[in-house]
Amino acid sequence: MKFGILVNEGPYTHQAADTAYQFAKAALEKGHEVFRVFFYYDGVNNANALTEPPTDDRNVVKNWQKLAEQYKLDMVVCVAAGLRRGIVEKTLAPGFRISGLGQLIEAGIQCDRIVTFGD
Amino acid sequence: MSEEDFDGGVVKKFMYVNRKAPYGTIYALEVLEMVLISAAFDQDVHLAFLDDGVFQIKKGQTPANIGVKNFSPTFRALEGYDIEKLFVEKESLEERGLTEADLLVPVEVISRADMGKLMAEMDVILTA
Repeated sequence: MKFGILVNEGPYTHQAADTAYQFAKAALEKGHEVFRVFFYYDGVNNANALTEPPTDDRNVVKNWQKLAEQYKLDMVVCVAAGLRRGIVEKTLAPGFRISGLGQLIEAGIQCDRIVTFGD
Repeated sequence: MSEEDFDGGVVKKFMYVNRKAPYGTIYALEVLEMVLISAAFDQDVHLAFLDDGVFQIKKGQTPANIGVKNFSPTFRALEGYDIEKLFVEKESLEERGLTEADLLVPVEVISRADMGKLMAEMDVILTA
């Protein structure tokens, strides 16, 4: 199946970011396609290059980056939501790209399922 | 539906489900930004209001008092984007002491059961 994934919450505050990552990883490992991961609302903070969690905790940003590297995942941060929260090219972690909400709508059109993670 | 002809005019049924109060969190405002973008893609857009989301389209919002922009007039502008399929859940209105007369845009009030059926017909559901 071709999935689009929408991440609506930031890392650490909310489990949704981890659950989205685990879902994407599991889907890819099972041979499904993940067309795109789109980060919206506080979800844009998943792409914050300055993230530095305590060493005994998981690194949510790095988890996404590793997954993207392994599977050539397209990880898109909403430009408008990012600007509001200070996620811009300067603070963007490698592996993510900034683009518009049209990328989410396109995923909705192209994918069999859009799966949303957040409240 | 074919996935290859994205540029060839695939139209899917999109539903934006608004469940949260207009102020207090940013969800309602940023959903509206998604809705406006999807209009540019000529999709079959539906909006649903349930739970505290019904407050988003209540008349007489004055959030300037809490230092927040009043974005409720945008709902009235949706018609200009050919977004006219607005559904409100009857039970959610009633639970909050509201009636259709309290709302600032024309809507279709439907029961919780019918809302469920409508959702089942959608291709893409985006909730906040």
